Amino acid sequence: MGKMHITTNINGDETEFLCDADESLLDVLRDRLGLTGAKEGCGTGDCGACSVVVDGRAVCSCLMLGAEAQGREIETIEGVAHGEDLHPLQRKFLEHAALQCGICTPGILVTAKNLLERNPDPTETEIRYWLAGNLCRCTGYDKIVRAVQDAAAEMRGA
Amino acid sequence: MRFEAPSTVDGAVALLAAEDGVTRVLAGGTDVMVQLKSGMVEPDLIVDIKRIPGMYDIVEENGGFRVGAAVPGVMLGEHAGVSAAWPGVVEGLGLVGSTQIQSRATLGGNLCNASPAADSVPAMIAAAATARVHGPNGVRDVPVEEIGTAPGKTSLARGEMVGSIYLPARPAHASDAYMRFIPRTEMDIAVVGAGVSLVMDGDTVAEARVALGAVAPTARLVPEAGAALVGKTVDAAEEDLRAAASAACSPINDKRGTIEFRTKVAGVLAVRAARLAAERAKG
Repeated sequence: MGKMHITTNINGDETEFLCDADESLLDVLRDRLGLTGAKEGCGTGDCGACSVVVDGRAVCSCLMLGAEAQGREIETIEGVAHGEDLHPLQRKFLEHAALQCGICTPGILVTAKNLLERNPDPTETEIRYWLAGNLCRCTGYDKIVRAVQDAAAEMRGA
Repeated sequence: MRFEAPSTVDGAVALLAAEDGVTRVLAGGTDVMVQLKSGMVEPDLIVDIKRIPGMYDIVEENGGFRVGAAVPGVMLGEHAGVSAAWPGVVEGLGLVGSTQIQSRATLGGNLCNASPAADSVPAMIAAAATARVHGPNGVRDVPVEEIGTAPGKTSLARGEMVGSIYLPARPAHASDAYMRFIPRTEMDIAVVGAGVSLVMDGDTVAEARVALGAVAPTARLVPEAGAALVGKTVDAAEEDLRAAASAACSPINDKRGTIEFRTKVAGVLAVRAARLAAERAKG
């Protein structure tokens, strides 16, 4: 069977790609579109390293087929900064040293940004539950939670 | 593998019925994609039902709610009417996975994946929910407890798919609850799950349905546990309810729980879920 021709919107840009029917959105992003910010950790929806936002909801791109992206609006980590201007979450992750190896970081930033767009003032508990599907084996999570809280405070003040 | 995204239920059924090989219906994909990845199933055809109008809708029908087969956990939880009438069903589906999984995972998918540990299924069974099954021979409404037949197996015939789940109307002073045991607080698979739906008359239980998960090859309705509650307060029924729930268990021994543990905890959770449902029913 031939490849599927998919038209979608990624980070505000109309995007077309060809993919196999059984190819995940994660593989399309990384291997066909050169968007390698989303990582493959587990490939089974447990770790969240591949998180992207589809039509306003955070999803694991490893658990979605590329073909399902037809006509959807997708946000990836590559769309979070504006040129050289980092998003407040990105700055706060650097300030708080909320990463070590960095594999989980794109997924956590995308998922945390989605939280703050829905809830500008989340409690620590809400942040921890929201990010429960994003595994980090380096930081112990505390610095991540502090960075999200600090970014949220800055964004509320802005 | 072929991928199709038909725009009608009839189109989906025709595709499924015409395929001689292995088919999978794709809603949220949170189980199907894992099975694909692991090579557990190698479908010849995937039918994505999310392009069919109505699949993301929650519609009031005869006082109850019809939930489209693509409605994910987050949307069910955001629906004020369903959350008020069926908080136990909402918490059952809401316990499945992370934020990212909640964006996609559905009641119909949880049901048709036919895991004995599926969290929303005991809650739906207690709720007397029905699945609307579309197939080559038309439409039939099936009690959800009749869908799963064994781990990973359903009673759906070739070409059939679940298009929606119906949660019935609630009388006054009625509510439900779902509880599960896992060794931590989040992101795990039920060792035991218990769903209880009650209609109360003051402090007395007027009607009760109790269902258990992860203690048998399928989630199961336990009529004896429901009967133990009727005509009594939850306190007065506690001993009989616990015994009836434990007696209904035929679990496996595995790394997540022993037979003895699951059997005991099923009774404990049935009682706790009944208390919570009764409290909610009082409003």
